[in-house]
Parts: sequence; structure tokens; C-alpha cells
Amino acid sequence: MKPAPFRYVAARTIEQALQLKAEYGDEARFLAGGQSLVPTMNFRLTQPAMLIDINPLAELTGVKNCAGDRVRIGALTRYRNLERDPATARNLPLIYEALPHIAHPQIRNRGTIGGNLAHADPASEMPAIVVALAGRLRAQSKKGERWIDAADFFVGALSTALEPDEMLLEVELPTAPARSGACFMEVSRRRGDFAIIGVAATVRLDGEGRCAEARIGLCNAGDVPVLAAEASESLAGRKIGALEIKQAAALVQGAIDPGGSIHASKEFQRHIASVLTARAVAAAVQRAEQAA
Amino acid sequence: MNVVATRNFGAPIRRNEDARLLSGQALFVDDVELPGMLHAAFLRSNLAHARIRTIDVSAARAREGIVAVYTAEDLGDYWAPGPLLVPPPPIADTVFHPRTQVPLAKDKVRHVGEPLAVVLAQSRYLAEDALSDIAVELEPLPAVVDLEKAQTETAARVHDDVRGNVAARVRQNRGDYAAARARATHVVARRFHYDHGASSPIETRGVVANWDARADHLTIWDTTQAPVFLRNGLAGMLGLSERQVRVIAPFVGGGFGPKIMLFYPEEVVIPWAARKLNRPVKWIEDRLEHFFATTQERGQTHDAEIALAADGRILGVKDVFLHDTGAYNPYGLTVPINSQCTLLGPYVIPNYDSTFTAIFTNKPIVTPYRGAGRQHGVFVIERLLDIAAHELKIDRTEIRRRNLISPDAFPYNNEIIYQDFAPLSYDSGNYEPILDKALEMIGYDRFLAEEQPRLRAQGRHVGVGVACYVEGTGIGPYEGAKVQVQANGKVSVATGIGTQGQGHFTVFAQIVADQLGVEVRDVDVVTGDTDQFYWGAGTFASRGAVVAGNAVNEAAKVVRQKILKLAAEHFECAEEDLEIADGQVSVVGIPGQAVKLGALALKANPMRGAVRPGTEPGLESTQYFGPPGGATASGVHAMIVEVDPQTFTLEVLKYVVVHDCGTVINPLILAGQIHGGVAQGIGNAFYEQLVFDEEGQLLNASLADYLLPTALDVPHMEIAHTVTASPLNPLGIKGAGEAGAIPVGPVFAQAIEDALGLLERKIELNEIPLSPGRLFELTAKLR
Amino acid sequence: MTTDTHDITVTVNGTPYRRQVEARLLLSDFLRHDLLLAGTHVGCEHGVCGACTVLFDGAPVRSCLMFAAQVDDHAITTVEGLATDRDHLHPLQEAMRDCHGLQCGYCTPGILMTMKVFLDETPSPDEAQIREALSGNLCRCTGYQHIVEAVQLAAERLRG
Repeated sequence: MKPAPFRYVAARTIEQALQLKAEYGDEARFLAGGQSLVPTMNFRLTQPAMLIDINPLAELTGVKNCAGDRVRIGALTRYRNLERDPATARNLPLIYEALPHIAHPQIRNRGTIGGNLAHADPASEMPAIVVALAGRLRAQSKKGERWIDAADFFVGALSTALEPDEMLLEVELPTAPARSGACFMEVSRRRGDFAIIGVAATVRLDGEGRCAEARIGLCNAGDVPVLAAEASESLAGRKIGALEIKQAAALVQGAIDPGGSIHASKEFQRHIASVLTARAVAAAVQRAEQAA
Repeated sequence: MNVVATRNFGAPIRRNEDARLLSGQALFVDDVELPGMLHAAFLRSNLAHARIRTIDVSAARAREGIVAVYTAEDLGDYWAPGPLLVPPPPIADTVFHPRTQVPLAKDKVRHVGEPLAVVLAQSRYLAEDALSDIAVELEPLPAVVDLEKAQTETAARVHDDVRGNVAARVRQNRGDYAAARARATHVVARRFHYDHGASSPIETRGVVANWDARADHLTIWDTTQAPVFLRNGLAGMLGLSERQVRVIAPFVGGGFGPKIMLFYPEEVVIPWAARKLNRPVKWIEDRLEHFFATTQERGQTHDAEIALAADGRILGVKDVFLHDTGAYNPYGLTVPINSQCTLLGPYVIPNYDSTFTAIFTNKPIVTPYRGAGRQHGVFVIERLLDIAAHELKIDRTEIRRRNLISPDAFPYNNEIIYQDFAPLSYDSGNYEPILDKALEMIGYDRFLAEEQPRLRAQGRHVGVGVACYVEGTGIGPYEGAKVQVQANGKVSVATGIGTQGQGHFTVFAQIVADQLGVEVRDVDVVTGDTDQFYWGAGTFASRGAVVAGNAVNEAAKVVRQKILKLAAEHFECAEEDLEIADGQVSVVGIPGQAVKLGALALKANPMRGAVRPGTEPGLESTQYFGPPGGATASGVHAMIVEVDPQTFTLEVLKYVVVHDCGTVINPLILAGQIHGGVAQGIGNAFYEQLVFDEEGQLLNASLADYLLPTALDVPHMEIAHTVTASPLNPLGIKGAGEAGAIPVGPVFAQAIEDALGLLERKIELNEIPLSPGRLFELTAKLR
Repeated sequence: MTTDTHDITVTVNGTPYRRQVEARLLLSDFLRHDLLLAGTHVGCEHGVCGACTVLFDGAPVRSCLMFAAQVDDHAITTVEGLATDRDHLHPLQEAMRDCHGLQCGYCTPGILMTMKVFLDETPSPDEAQIREALSGNLCRCTGYQHIVEAVQLAAERLRG
């Protein structure tokens, strides 16, 4: 399965990359890790006329700490580097727990966080995590740059709010606050496969051990990552015990609209969504209590 | 005394072929590079069933870099349906309608992926570009997909002249089932679905053809498991003599059955194109094509019943089943016959009435894939016994024990016909010790009495599964081998079968090394090259070691005799006074009196002088071996599994295989075969399924969605052996290639039922594959 | 359209190569058919089976998911670069032979490249870690057990 012909340019600067993207619009694709894009090109499902290789743009890699307990991760940061960075487990425990589920080590050696997010596969783990963490994403084009909230970034299956001339530069996420716990869980057919359902849960406790804030995100629960707002809010202000967890797990149903696939029926996805929500929230609470 | 020392036979010798494979220096078909080579790509039907209105290749022909584009019309008289490879066994009243595949579709396409045209270009990239230039008008027809609906009068016909899409109907009968049922205390009747999948070797298929017009000779590299028959057939089709055609199956990256299907469209078209264009041509199947263009196995639906006495003894079994044979049936009835025969298992089943109907469907062709239909039969009998055990309140291993064929009943004649056209006769076996050993290794009694309840109290759902099976292996017709001592003292061996990872280069060397007193690494084995050995049927049905191995042994024995005779003349002593070891012949008790084998070989091939009449030059022999029937291997698998009762994901905690394949040549290689078989069985049981929709479209034609088990899905396995040597061949060996794959389905079904306590709650798992999603559906009434 | 070609200089197994490649030429095809390093095998061309795994600047990657044009000024190691010759195999290759960790050998080069780096990074792995590291390489012949044993044996030998 060989790709259709295309023009290839190894971008030397961000400006050059953006210039080309502005010229070609949707006829050009950025080549980052290529782990999602190139298979579709080999199957000839995608046939871009121009491939703009942004791998040479070293300034797009790396994790920077920012004010307000936030980190900014360059779009071209390889998943494997995030795995290896000791700060990931500390600052971004959801990502750290999700990484072993994202494909396989060889894929993670090339795959980038920006590429994964821009690809916007609803079954992908990272979009759900970014939504659960209420992150924001910085995009740039020839015309300028802007920040897009995670909630607005994913607009449909394989579709983002990025304009045809925009490139994703970095994603900004909050680091894990004090007295908080997080848990990422998924059910998949084999390790590394796309999730049948994945749940990303964070819980922050107040001084009295009650939940100050909870956020529950799900992947493969609809065309876009789902933030189960009602379920999340149902936990706020309460001491989270078995009953609260059960209620949250049930409320998740109202937020999701899984499409089903040959690997799992919609009914099974719904079932797993509640099962994993219960488990992930319970684990997040336990970890928050340990951290407190 | 010159006794053959068994130093190597039975030893875990490291493989001769590994250094090359490990250093990336082994030739596979896609590694063949020839000057001026063209690359082929096939345009394939994207509809499962359609009439072909027009195919316009003119735009493709005009594209730069494209050298030729051919359709069925261009093949002229060369175009013909392939031969029927395996006629139906001689069973009375068999209905059989052979319909075979064609090189390029004409008039109709009958499955997605059927080839319509071929493009020859300077690169595969360019050839694929040109595929989109080809304009095809297909008039869609309703797709025949469901086995029961296919038989109705109003159903579309895959083959216009085959009513009800009935490719075959076969009934085999032993005793009187109706009478048995009438006197039975208990009858269990159920419907079972068993789906097997695509072999998916990591190397797909490929063909390279090189026609040398000046030498008048055609060389074909092909990933085939049957190089000799491929050579014979292609020579005939191309109007060449066999001598003009050389087929080489070099290193092949996994066979598992579908690579022995012969005269695949691509195999027939590529050599023709090479001759027509006078250029070498290469075609390598890509992974997407593999799901359609290479044969596979698929499903059967069984309506089966078992009639039992009160103590669980089987009085009889009746089975009526449908078999999906795909769009064509060039391989005859091998798969369903195997299902029919292997259902009998290691059990005494005095009355057996089995009927199958093979149905044409608009899906890829079904031919044997590791297990070759045995899985389906084994699933049925093992599940019937499980259900019967539950209903009769007998332990499920005890019910099996009560029905095992006794060790003094061999050879055991089942009185029905097997895939080798001979009566299904088990040559030797001793089944109860295998069951005992498996139960001991899995800790069956302790598990049920103590571990399971203890873990259940902790909220963990663990279960055990045990299944028994036999496997008919080592069938004919025959194989041959040539063994020759070279002037340098090394020994060369050639045989007509091919090798796809089974270690022939080593196990055959082990046999020869013992006979001829040389090191295993000094025996050079060639397989799969028709110029090196002319005759042979191929690698299939777990027969390589048995049939070719015995041929190698026979040839080595003759060479040994020649060595002794010549050495006795050389030393002027009696043959009994000689000993062969360490690559030389020496006189027992007289140190210093030794001659190297290489020197003897030179002596045996004088450049001048006269020889006695009847002398054959060299130390060489070609011998053939054809067994009178198959050798029956047997085994028991046992597994402990933990199932998450909410997500229905599972983890195999323990997996045990006790296996009897007669005498073992190389236990390391045998273990590898079993591990690999079980891994494929696990894929079959819980991960792999070819998902077709009602239009005959395959929804998961990629390795992302057709799920092969990984190192995290296959457990560590414990293996033990028992040995009942086969009386049917001098080495006493039985085949082992498929065994691991055969009983895994029923083991999973039984263990999962046990873990979740399903039988008590009136839920049965009577289908394969299972999956978390399917388990969720099947247990719906519990929620 | 005219074919888009690019000049690349890439070091493979320590040897620099200068070539002109079409933009869409996959790295796997470049290695196998342009450089005639056929030890790297192709199993799926969609990044799942791992047979095509090579080292790109020392990291295991799927060569079927990269273009030759991308590797200009980079270093690649293939299975041909593991052993100096057939008589001097890398300890991992030796262990694979000793443990019967390969049957048809087709997936083996990809596994060797993956596990070589894994052992460099994890010199004392347990079975679970080995299986996890191996999970991105499909083998259809061995059932993985002997491969796991081979990696354990190689780890022992490398630790001395």
C-alpha cells in the first residue's frame, strides 16, 4: 500500500511552514510524528498534495513551566519524552497514566502530543485528557496566533477548530494541584488499541476532605471528547463515598453518545462508561486522600 | 557393531538456519531483485457480487511509467479456471459442485478483492497510481452472505448454475444414531457457531517470475507451501515442460495453510506476464490485499445433539452443519471433512450421523488454515460434553474420562472417511494419562475445591477449562528426500516440501546426523526448490516431519549402508567391525584406522577406471516414504482464567498443554510449534474475527482492526509430553504443527462459564469467537 | 505532475549514503530496495505489526511510517548493523538462537531492534516488562514465549 504522490518540504522555520500552509490550505498537511497520518496516506485514504515536515522545528518541542501552576507542552513533543520526563508523573498524572495505553513504544518514539490532538480521533486518549483538564491550545497562522479552549478545540470526529492555515504550537495544562488525585483508565481489546471507552477523572479535595472539584472526561463516548459535566458537578461539595460514585457513574450516561463499532456495541460502551467512571473516580479520590 | 547413535534425535538442538535469519541475511521473496524488474498491482473488485459490464484500461496504459495493463481478455486461451486441487473423498451419495477461481475476472466478480486487471509498472508506487485510472463498470448483484438464506430458492446465486448455492453435501454415518437416541437416558441438542479467521502470517504472499528467453527457462520465487505441484501446474498452463520451470520457495515468513492453496490468480498471471513482456515481474501482496486475496477460514453452524446413558457414556452423536466455503471451492471438502472427522475426538462414539452442506458465499475462498476445520468439530463435541456434564451433574473431566478410547483398542477404526480418502483410523494412543497429567499440572481438584472458592470470596472470578482432542496428522500421499555425502565431508539433503519456520533445516539434519555420524551443523538441508528435488506434495496437515522426515531417514539409512560397504572394502574388513562417528568411519578397536566421509565420497566417484555393474556413483540415495494412513496425535489443554465480571476482560492465569505426537525429534522446535499454535488458538477464541456486512464487505481489513494477539495477550504456557509412537512409520513420529490451535475455543468457553458461573444461571457459551462485548451481550439477562 | 525528488545523506549502520529519493518513498522501501538492506521486513505498511522496526537516531521506529526524504542528516540502524557478521552475533541474537526465539524469522529483525534498545534501557527486566516492551511487535509463529526467554537470557549475559 503505497501513498499517492505529493510534494514534500522540510520546513526550516515556523514562518515557512505557515506560509506554505496558507498557500495550500487543506491540500497541505503538517507531518509531525506521522503515526496517524502516514497509515492513512499508505491506504490512500488521505492524499495531500503537499506534506510540510515540521520535525526540524526544534522550538516546538519541550515542556515549560508557567505561572499559575501550568505547563506548556510544545506540539512536537514526542510521547516517549513525556514518558521519560520525571516531571510528567508529578505534574500531569493523568497523562502519565494514559501514556502506556497510547499505541506502543515504537509509535510513542515518533508520535507527538500536538499531532495526536490535531488528529482528533474520538477514540484517542489525549483529547479526552486535555478536555478533562480544561487545557487550552495555542494555534498560529500567517495572520497571527490565538488560544483555543480545549472544550472548543474538538468539533467533530477527526475535526478540530483549526483553520486550514493554522498550525498547533503548544498545549497548556494545569499541573496537579495539592490535595488532588487523578486516574486514567480504559478498556480496549488489546493494550495500545484505541479505547472502547476511556475515562480521565480528577478530584480535588478541600481542607475537610470533601470534593472541591471533580472533572470526568471520556474518550470514544461520542464524536468529540466528552466532559461529563453533570456527573462531575454531582460530586462537588460532597464527601465522595460509594453512593456518590454510583450516582456519578449513572449521570455519565446523560453526557455520552457512543457510536458503537465492530469491537463494541453502543450498549457495551455505555456499560463500560459507567463501570470505568465508578472505578476511576474511586481511585482518584483515594489518591487525593493520600496526597492530602 | 555399528549401531546408530541417537545423539541428536530427540535433543533440543539449536537451529542451523538461525544465524542467517537473525542477521537479516535470509532470502524472502520480496528480497529478490532482478535487473529490469517490473512491479505488479492488481485492480480488485470493491463489490462482493456483480456483473462486469466494461473495463476500460486505456487511461492506465497511457500513464507514464506503466508498461502494460491486462484484463481477462488479454490472457486469451491462457485464461482458464484453476484445477480442482482436492477431489471429494469417496463417500457414497456425495453432492459436489466444483467451481474454481480464475486468473482475472470475466463476466462476474464473486467476492470483494477478486482481481479484475493487472498493471505492470516500473514501481509498485506507479502501478498503484494507475489502478485509479482503470474505469470499471460493475452492475451490483445481491450478495450471498448468510448460510441459511443462501439456500432459499429466491437467493442470488454465486454461481449461476448452482442452485441454492450448495457447493456440496456429504453425509457420513456409523452405526444407527436413531436407535441410540431412542434408548438414551439423556439427550443434549444445541446450535453452535464456530468462526475461524485469517492466517495473517507476518509475511504476506508474493511471486517473482523471471523468464529467460535465451535459456528458455522460467524461474519463479513464490511464498508457496507446495513448490513441486506449483511447478507442475504452471509448466502445463504455460505450455512448458517441467524441466523448463524452476519454483523456489525461499525462506517463507509463515505459512499456516493458505500458502498451500495453488494457482492463486496472481500465481497464474505473473509468470504469464513475465513471459509476455520478457521482463522479470514481481508482485508482493500488501496487507490489505491479504484479507481478500489469500484464502482464509470462516464459519460453520452446527445443529448437534448427543445421546447419553445415565452415567454420561456417549451412545451417539448427530450433527448437521453448514460450512461457508466462499466464492470458489478449489480445495474441495478438506475443511468440513476434518470438522466431521475430528468431532469424534478421543472418544468412543458408537453411533455417529454427520451431514454437512457447504455453501458458496460472496466472500473470499476458504481453504485450510492451521487446524483446517478440526477446531469446529472439537468445539461441538467438547461443548456437548460440558453441557451434558452439567445437566447430568457429573464432573466435566470425569464425563470425558468415561468416554475415552481405551489404550488397548488401537488401531481404532472410526469407520468414516478422513481427508486423505482413507478410513479414519487412529494408529496409536493412550488418552487417559494425558488427561491425568493435564489435570495434575493445572491443579484441577485443588483449584475447584480450594482456590476458586477462596478467590470468589475475595470477589474474583476465576474459572478452569479443560478440553481434549485428537489430530489426524502425517497423511500421504508421500514425500521424498535425497541425501548425499559431499567431498568436503558435509552432507547435503534435499526434499520437495517447503519450510515456513518449522525448522526443517534442523530436524532433518538431526535425523541424518545420527545416521551418518556427523554434526548437525554439517548437514545442509534444502527445501522448496524444485531444481533440488523433483517430487513432493508440500507442507500441510502437520505432515512435514512425519512424511518428509521419514523419507530423509530412509535415504540416510541407504547412504549409511553405502558408507559401510565402501569402507569395509577400503579397510578389507567386515562391516560389523566398523563404526561411523565424528564424520569418519573407523575400525573398532584399531586406533588410527579411520577414513573421513569426504574421502569416501571421493572414492565413490572415481574420475577414471571401471566400476562393477550396478554401481551407483557417490554416497547418495533418494528414497520416498508414503504412509498407509495418518498418524493420530492427541492432547489436552487446560487453562485457568480470571474474568472481570463488569468489563468482561480477562487474563489467562495459567495455561497447560499435554501433548502426544509420538517420538519427538527436537523438543525445542516442538515446544515452539505448540506455543505458536496456542497463540493462534487464543486469537481465534477471543480476538480475531473477520467481520463481513450484508453486502459482503469486510469491515476490518487491517491489522488495526483484525486483532492478532500480542505478547501481552498470550500467556506463559507449560507443556508436557506423553509418547505413543506411531506404528505407521519407522521413526514413530506424529505431526505437531496444528495441535496447539485446535482445542483453545472450547477451553475458553468452558473456563469463562466456570469463572462467571454461567451454566448455573442457564447461560451457555456456544460460539467462537468470544469477546468482552459478546460476553456482555450473552449475559444480558443477568443485569 | 513531475515527481518531487530530494537529495538525502543518511548514515545507515555507520555508513553514509547519498541518494536522491522521491518524496513519497517509504523509508522501509528505501532501505530494502535502494540500499539493498533487505533484513528489515515489511508486514503491514500501517504501523501495526512492527516487522519494519529500525533505529532512527537510536530510537526504535516503524520505518513504514517514515519517508526516506525525512531521514536526511540522521542515523539509522538496521538488523544488519547488529552483528558484525554471521559468526559474531549480538548477545540478543545469540540468545534468540539458543532459546528458539524465532521460527520463520520474518518478524525477528523488528523484534531485535526493539528489544536491543529495551535491554540497553532496562538491563534487568522482569517478564511483565519484557512482554510490555514486546507488545508492539506481532509474531504469528512463536507465541512469544521463547522470545521472552531469549530476552531474559540476553539480559543475564549482558549483565555479565
